[in-house]
Amino acid sequence: MARNTPIESGKTGGCKASSCGSSSQQMSHLSEEIRQKVFNHPCYSEQAHHHFARMHVAVAPACNIQCNYCNRKYDCANESRPGVVSELLHPEQAVKKVMAVAAAIPQMTVVGIAGPGDPLANPERSFTTFRGIAEFAPDIKLCVSTNGLALPQHVEALSRHNIDHVTITINTLDEEIGAEIYPWVFWNHRRIRGRAGARILIEQQQKGLEMLTARGILVKVNSVMVPGVNDEHLKAVSREVKAKGAFLHNVMPLIAEAEHGTYYGIMEQRSPSAGELQSLQDACAGDMNMMRHCRQCRADAVGLLGEDRGAEFTLEKIETMEFDYEAIRAKRAAVQEAIALEMNTPKAAVTTVPLAMLRRRSAAPAALMAVATKGGNVINQHFGHASEFLVYEASERGVRFIGTRRTDQYCVGSDHCDEGEDKLRLAIEALAGCKAVLCARIGITPWEALEAAGIKPDSDHSMESIEEAVAALYQAMLTAGVLADDVEVGASVA
Amino acid sequence: MAVKIVESCVNCWACQPLCPSDAIYEAQPHFLVDAKRCTECDGEYADPQCASICPIECAIVDGLGEALNPLGSLTNIPLAKLLAMA
Repeated sequence: MARNTPIESGKTGGCKASSCGSSSQQMSHLSEEIRQKVFNHPCYSEQAHHHFARMHVAVAPACNIQCNYCNRKYDCANESRPGVVSELLHPEQAVKKVMAVAAAIPQMTVVGIAGPGDPLANPERSFTTFRGIAEFAPDIKLCVSTNGLALPQHVEALSRHNIDHVTITINTLDEEIGAEIYPWVFWNHRRIRGRAGARILIEQQQKGLEMLTARGILVKVNSVMVPGVNDEHLKAVSREVKAKGAFLHNVMPLIAEAEHGTYYGIMEQRSPSAGELQSLQDACAGDMNMMRHCRQCRADAVGLLGEDRGAEFTLEKIETMEFDYEAIRAKRAAVQEAIALEMNTPKAAVTTVPLAMLRRRSAAPAALMAVATKGGNVINQHFGHASEFLVYEASERGVRFIGTRRTDQYCVGSDHCDEGEDKLRLAIEALAGCKAVLCARIGITPWEALEAAGIKPDSDHSMESIEEAVAALYQAMLTAGVLADDVEVGASVA
Repeated sequence: MAVKIVESCVNCWACQPLCPSDAIYEAQPHFLVDAKRCTECDGEYADPQCASICPIECAIVDGLGEALNPLGSLTNIPLAKLLAMA
């Protein structure tokens, strides 16, 4: 039975899709200068994130604002979301950690400071760290992710430190909405609350964005989608930041669990569904390059996007390590050159499979298909082992990457980490809206549960290339007439 | 006159560089205020700087032991919910 096809191990970790949506279109209009800046940056290039790794160093604990989705008290090693770290580092410890990771993961090209507070609310610690890294590894790209409040006053220093990529979290242009997201900001030696505080934050963010783009620094804008608060408004945000020269817009879903102790968690503010997120991303995509491969990683994450090898590089472990800088540099250069070569082969450039083999029929519905994979762009993971699924949209136009769905949904603590029934329930919830899930193998219990939930389990395409398998299954389901017409998800996207 | 940092401090470093009197120092299990140096920012700023940026309710108290950021003052979470959680 095909269901029992043995799995073979591929590369592990990271996003495994060979294509993430419109990356080739996204890259094609870029100047050579910008292309050089993003080709190996996993957070700025969808293509790059299949190959290159990043790390965040948690040197910036202080923050100068309060966001309703953040709680500075929470710290769990099993949890994955921005603002969470296990170990706060001093700059010299951070530099040593970067050396350790550079040696162990030569495809690590990017070091960012993203918290757990705001890097620019900790300028001494952040810039000391950057100087230390640049000294031993000038090839590493440096970036920061900031709330923007202190951005204008630090643009000069960012430029001087060769920080080429800055992410600003911009959730609104409107102080009324802002007051619903930010209870206060610290500005000019005072805590300023409500609309007045939000107004200052918005002004500084927009000013900082303009100053950065005027200097040619690449800016990505992150927005947290909060249903009923800023969801509709984010379309206007997308247009505005594009007009001001931002390179990429990343709309992320709110993460809110009561266990996190955040305002939104405790007040039971709901997170958007995967479908709502996708619709908003698609609506914004008419105006702006959208990022869809974000994993909302921790402020101390290490590795490819979608994996976290932070536990291999704890302070205790790196303390005794010795480094041969010359050997590390040579190895990094060789590995990265090989990856660049591989990426430039035509195979890697293919992003959409034209479904020439699809039988033309009028108004064939689009369908979301989930895939379990361990990497290598093939379907090679057991359903029960998948902690995330890649989701593709199949339609008459082809197959495109839509995003990822996690089965652990940001882990809510050991009480909720029971195996078995609970895990299956979470996996099925994560697959809501999908018409099928393709995996290497699957047990009979989840098979039946998926069928009962209206999701077709499929292990007939084990070890096949993802896009081709998705296309084949879509065609088979269309032919069998099992795709309802009510699943026009994302059908309006060009 | 001196403020005090108490056990709910999460060691986020936000206050330390802001102190005009250099009275705040890293310690275990949490940051502390040197009472001999602290002026509560009297004559320097309208409000004590440490308490103006501190993100944790009740982590900084005044000379009388009163929280400078009482429960419910920083997050807008209704007091009843906070008390129920505590």
